[in-house]
Amino acid sequence: MAAAEARKPEPSAKAIHGQNSLMKARKPELLATASSPAELERLANAGADALLVGGPPFAARAAGPFDLAMIRDAARLLHPQGKRLYVLVNNLLDNAALEALPKYIRGLAEAGVDAVECGDPAVLMTVREEAPGIVVHWNAEMTATNARAAEFWGRRGASRAVLARELNGEEILAFKAKTSLEVQVQVHGITNIYHSKRRLVESYLEHSANTGRSFVLRGRDGSDAGGSAGLPGAADAAQGLYLIETERPDSRLPIFEDEAGTHIMSPDDICLLEVVHELLEGGIDAFKIEGLLKTPEYNEAAVRAYRTAIDEWLRDPAGYEFREEWLKPVRALQDPRRELTFGFYYKEQVY
Amino acid sequence: MAAMTMPAAKGRRVRLERPEPLAKADGQKPMAAAKVRKPELLAPAGSLEKLKFAVHYGADAVYIGGQKYGLRSNADNFTLEQMKEGVAFARGYGAKVFCAVNIYAHDEDLDGLEEYLRGLEEAGIAAIIAADPVVIETAQRVAPGLEVHLSTQQSVLNWRTVQFWKEEGLPRVVLARETSLEQILEIKRRVDIELEVFVHGAMCSSFSGRCVLSNHFTDRDSNRGGCCQSCRWQYDLYFGEDEPVLSGEGDRFTMGSKDLCMIAHLPELIEAGIDSFKIEGRMKSLHYAATVTGVYRQAIDAYFADPAGYRLKPEWLEEIYKAANRPLTTGFFFGEPDADDHIYGPEPKGAPYDFAGVVLDYDERTGIAVVEQRSPFRPGQEVEFFGPGGRLFRQTLVELEDESGARIDVARHPLQRVRIRTEQPVRAMDLMRKRIAGA
Repeated sequence: MAAAEARKPEPSAKAIHGQNSLMKARKPELLATASSPAELERLANAGADALLVGGPPFAARAAGPFDLAMIRDAARLLHPQGKRLYVLVNNLLDNAALEALPKYIRGLAEAGVDAVECGDPAVLMTVREEAPGIVVHWNAEMTATNARAAEFWGRRGASRAVLARELNGEEILAFKAKTSLEVQVQVHGITNIYHSKRRLVESYLEHSANTGRSFVLRGRDGSDAGGSAGLPGAADAAQGLYLIETERPDSRLPIFEDEAGTHIMSPDDICLLEVVHELLEGGIDAFKIEGLLKTPEYNEAAVRAYRTAIDEWLRDPAGYEFREEWLKPVRALQDPRRELTFGFYYKEQVY
Repeated sequence: MAAMTMPAAKGRRVRLERPEPLAKADGQKPMAAAKVRKPELLAPAGSLEKLKFAVHYGADAVYIGGQKYGLRSNADNFTLEQMKEGVAFARGYGAKVFCAVNIYAHDEDLDGLEEYLRGLEEAGIAAIIAADPVVIETAQRVAPGLEVHLSTQQSVLNWRTVQFWKEEGLPRVVLARETSLEQILEIKRRVDIELEVFVHGAMCSSFSGRCVLSNHFTDRDSNRGGCCQSCRWQYDLYFGEDEPVLSGEGDRFTMGSKDLCMIAHLPELIEAGIDSFKIEGRMKSLHYAATVTGVYRQAIDAYFADPAGYRLKPEWLEEIYKAANRPLTTGFFFGEPDADDHIYGPEPKGAPYDFAGVVLDYDERTGIAVVEQRSPFRPGQEVEFFGPGGRLFRQTLVELEDESGARIDVARHPLQRVRIRTEQPVRAMDLMRKRIAGA
């Protein structure tokens, strides 16, 4: 087996962390996503320490599309405030997307981006080659499930692991205890539960049209886009397309299509505000609020709620007590058909 | 029953760009392109018995799951003892056995991994198929005799990622089923590594590994074997305040894909230099494994016997349909899947045949076969006997006798041994299928 010979010598995780020590969060980081420059500024002002943005074809499920110019402006806005900018390069890339990747990564470096979130090894290697100053956050979505895998990616250049949302609280804290990487946990918002390269809404509407059914999708301006015209792309998240499964009439699963394929999202929103102190005590480095499919108003309320809780804990960890009133502004804006749940925090799964 | 048609290669047809033969450094005339090697035919073995049949029907290699760390937790997964028996059986045919160790592990699963991998190596497993870097790294460290193949669960689509895994020391990558033939050609051109590609069987409609529908709906972890195929369930599509997108009655939304079938495109796959042709189906029947393996074996052998004269035989397609329980598609090979590639409405019935029996023995003198029952059959029924290499004949069952020679009017007990006079000779491990009445 030529395994040992074939593998290049790896810089230790420590050496990589040393390079990026300036970027390492000294205190817990509150991370939010932004769908626009206006929202980015709003959430920074509301207390986010870092913002996460992205755009096609390299980002999957960015809250809203950011191009390189917008990214550059965002960095210029955030850095003087001591805040950081991360970019999603988390799509699974085919050969064509790969062609444009080195140039994009160089563009991100020039724009002053602090970190890239990715799950495709091609991106990791490209960042190391083209922009070694950019930190890599390893995000392999549902497949980021154990600390030793995080260490593996750490030895190949990642400095942070973005945890799968399907881990329970015990697993999250054990993960943190067993890895030398920073650990990022999603504490609020929607999660992705299915990602396909196929255009499944378009295929279904095409099938329906072929069998003589008409469909109506309302555009954002309220006008009807019916018949077989304007196939998705008209599968537009802002119109609120969702699935309901036959046996689960109360669960609405948002679904949308874009350049990255078809995305099915969770029927409920995670809300770990009540247990955020457990995560803080456990040393979790970054707390992410997912703003996808939410209004800037909602996201600001969420950022403020977690900012308050984190600051309270930092001020007096021993005396910290969660206060339900911190959640009230969020609850006031919560879609009444979507529950705030603990996600997988208390779950035991079988297999 | 509606006739099933072969899926047309869709959309833009790929022109196979053969790479320019490399010029020699000293400016002499280019070397001729290397002769294309025969690909490995890799078949699923959901149990020890299925392994034996897959190998017997022509697989060059089979892949199995053990009792831990694999994604088909409901298959009859192999004990180490069964693995040893399977390896020995396969060796007799010159075939290899791979083991899927393809979960994404949670911390709690990692205890015992080293011992398990050492056990696989000792049992004679040639390679593991793995996705979690922890499994990969551990295998390389504690069981260097095992080859490590990268699982389709890593959803590898591009050549740079393939190159990454080659640099990690892996000799083979199983590509994502979302790769087109054109993309596969480019990957082959750019990276010198074995490529294993699914050519037949069920497909995830999501990127493999990127679906937790089962986790959300049923608390069963899809990436550790608990997938309950929620993508095939029925959904309704709404927008706004519960406004249905579609008016009237009709098929509901679903994500379920048709099954992949590339039998009609073997020359392109072979000439692309794909190293291993993989058939999906550890959870599918023995009948499926034997039938499908047998067809691809014949087709590959026919191509190499006479590439210029090769043509797809109708009987190969017929055989595939007899083992197909879903309609068929060419997936992503020639373009993006669309309305024709997913299963809307009730799943159409497969071909009107059921697996009925396994030939255990045949007496040339008397012309009587001993057949082990796998579903009930009776005199008067039309059956087919078939074996490796395309041997097949039909007959009507006349008399059935039990092992003692007494006449029986129906073979109703599973694994019951039945004596049947066959119109042509048969051999042990030939199979019998019965025609379903009224279809």
